[in-house]
Amino acid sequence: MTMNHNSNTPALEVREISKYFGSVIALSGVSMRLLPGEVMCLLGDNGAGKSTLIKTLSGVHKPDEGEYLVDGRPVSFDSPREALDHGIATVYQDLAMIPLMSVTRNFFLGSEPTAGRSIFKRFNVQRAREIVREELSKMGIDIRDPDQPVGTLSGGERQSVAIARAVYFGAKVLILDEPTSALGVKQAGVVLRYIAQARARGIAVIFITHNPHHAYPIGDKFTILKRGRTLGTFTKRELPREKMIHLMSGGDELERLEHELRGFHDQQADILADAIHEEEELY
Amino acid sequence: MSGQAIDKGKGDERLLRESFLKRWLRRPELGAVGGAVLVWIFFAVVAGNRGFLSLRGAANYLEVASELGILAVAVALLMIGGEFDLSVGSMIGATGMITAILSVHYGWNIWAAILVSLFFALIVGAINGILVIRTKLPSFIITLGSLFVIRGATIGLTRLITGRTQIGGVKGALGYDSASALFTSGVQIVDPASQRGLSADFPISIFWWLLIAAVATYVLLRTRPGNWIFGIGGDEDAARNVGVPVDRMKIILFMLTAAAAWLVATTQVLATGGADTLRGEQREFYAIIAVVIGGTLLTGGYGSAIGAVFGALIVGMVQQGIVFTGIDSDWFMVFLGAMLIVAVLVNNYIRKHAAEAK
Repeated sequence: MTMNHNSNTPALEVREISKYFGSVIALSGVSMRLLPGEVMCLLGDNGAGKSTLIKTLSGVHKPDEGEYLVDGRPVSFDSPREALDHGIATVYQDLAMIPLMSVTRNFFLGSEPTAGRSIFKRFNVQRAREIVREELSKMGIDIRDPDQPVGTLSGGERQSVAIARAVYFGAKVLILDEPTSALGVKQAGVVLRYIAQARARGIAVIFITHNPHHAYPIGDKFTILKRGRTLGTFTKRELPREKMIHLMSGGDELERLEHELRGFHDQQADILADAIHEEEELY
Repeated sequence: MSGQAIDKGKGDERLLRESFLKRWLRRPELGAVGGAVLVWIFFAVVAGNRGFLSLRGAANYLEVASELGILAVAVALLMIGGEFDLSVGSMIGATGMITAILSVHYGWNIWAAILVSLFFALIVGAINGILVIRTKLPSFIITLGSLFVIRGATIGLTRLITGRTQIGGVKGALGYDSASALFTSGVQIVDPASQRGLSADFPISIFWWLLIAAVATYVLLRTRPGNWIFGIGGDEDAARNVGVPVDRMKIILFMLTAAAAWLVATTQVLATGGADTLRGEQREFYAIIAVVIGGTLLTGGYGSAIGAVFGALIVGMVQQGIVFTGIDSDWFMVFLGAMLIVAVLVNNYIRKHAAEAK
């Protein structure tokens, strides 16, 4: 947080990074840059290398080749904690929230506010509650009771709490791994609004999603991955909605498949159409 | 007498505001508190006129409960942290024997012997923890192994050194009086209900039990390490990712359970004046039963030290209560096993409802 927020210095930049697992090339020469207050949507098929890229950015993997810069300075992370200390916070799909623990206890796990000194130092639960309530209401979420177990929150609320936690602890770059994929329309809206809030605070966001209807309204830039390479980064102007949807939903391959299926018997076609529909949602 | 106290408690409960009640419903120890009341009422009715309700009766079951409770509170912390320690029973035998051999066979001052056995307990606890972390094996397996290793080594070494498996004469050891004051003294209270002026002896272990439970509760609910224990038990990787020192905390928790076993052993050795290589057998199971009855999840991440206190109280009341009823005490185990299962079912039910209450 001490570094100056020059809006021309990318909050996060990777240059030509590659990652190999044995003989498998998971990432090959991927480059991208992200300015503070920008939302970049990371798009790509399953196996395109999205997970590897996220894990490399968040300090789980080390890139085998290429440069990784945060605030214009080269970095090399040995653990997710180190990345976190540099302001790179990742909110995973499975959340890393503990369902049986209260919202407050989850929020501050590992960074509990304290009061008192030496052996009388205690976890200031009262203050923690106040902060949680305040932080969440700032983002437009009204938690009924900060002491309720996280397991009792809805999916959208959980995601929002996880994001609020990252923002509160000084994240400069927020990596969100499919935060809306398991959510209904309303819940997804809550999370998207939250991403907009984070952007307004000058936080750079990398948003991974399979849903073009979630990606398009919020994204400033779109980076498309395919087989471990980038097909490029496009601004919203360069990439009309239809083209993006086309790219995201499997593009030509799916069109060919649809063509092929048109000849089938009605009933079978119905079943298969459902299957395609499901597949589309997956992609 | 104490029957009125219970009735009063019930009256208060009905007066509580709903939000407060809901908050209380969320506490893990609710089932155990209710269970303790039920068990007490049961024995008050069945064996009330045979001494269960007397002050001596209370001292009787509280003493049993306190020795188990000291163990159970430490085991509760460990289990909330997601690990087991099956070696506490043999640790009681081993540390008791170390104290007895050093003070009687080698003529040490008993304080030195007690400190050495504490040191031994802490080392073995740390080894348990380090093994669990390094091997990534379930602590159930690691400590099942150390359960046998410690017990076997205790019997083997004791026989090798002294030629026996039991050692007496601790009461004659140097420094016994001062050590006894700290670990085995008691408070005698004359029972006002007794015509013959009988007095009840409340041992100091009850005080240790409640003190340890109070400290453990404070640590769990109001300190950073307490929050970490919940986090580690709930999701170890998630806790590690946010910077919780998972390994260090686990090792400390294993050292704590071993130290609790040492305290129980020390109390026993000083109270009885001797040690037996077999002492503490099956205590690990009793402790786990008390903890689970107290509402702690077997899988970690949820539970309470207060629950363990009430769990131990229930076990103590049942164990001694059966004696008062005149039923053969062989049936104690049947009661205990059945109660464990019922308690877990009830606790699950409560937890589900507490989680759903929005």
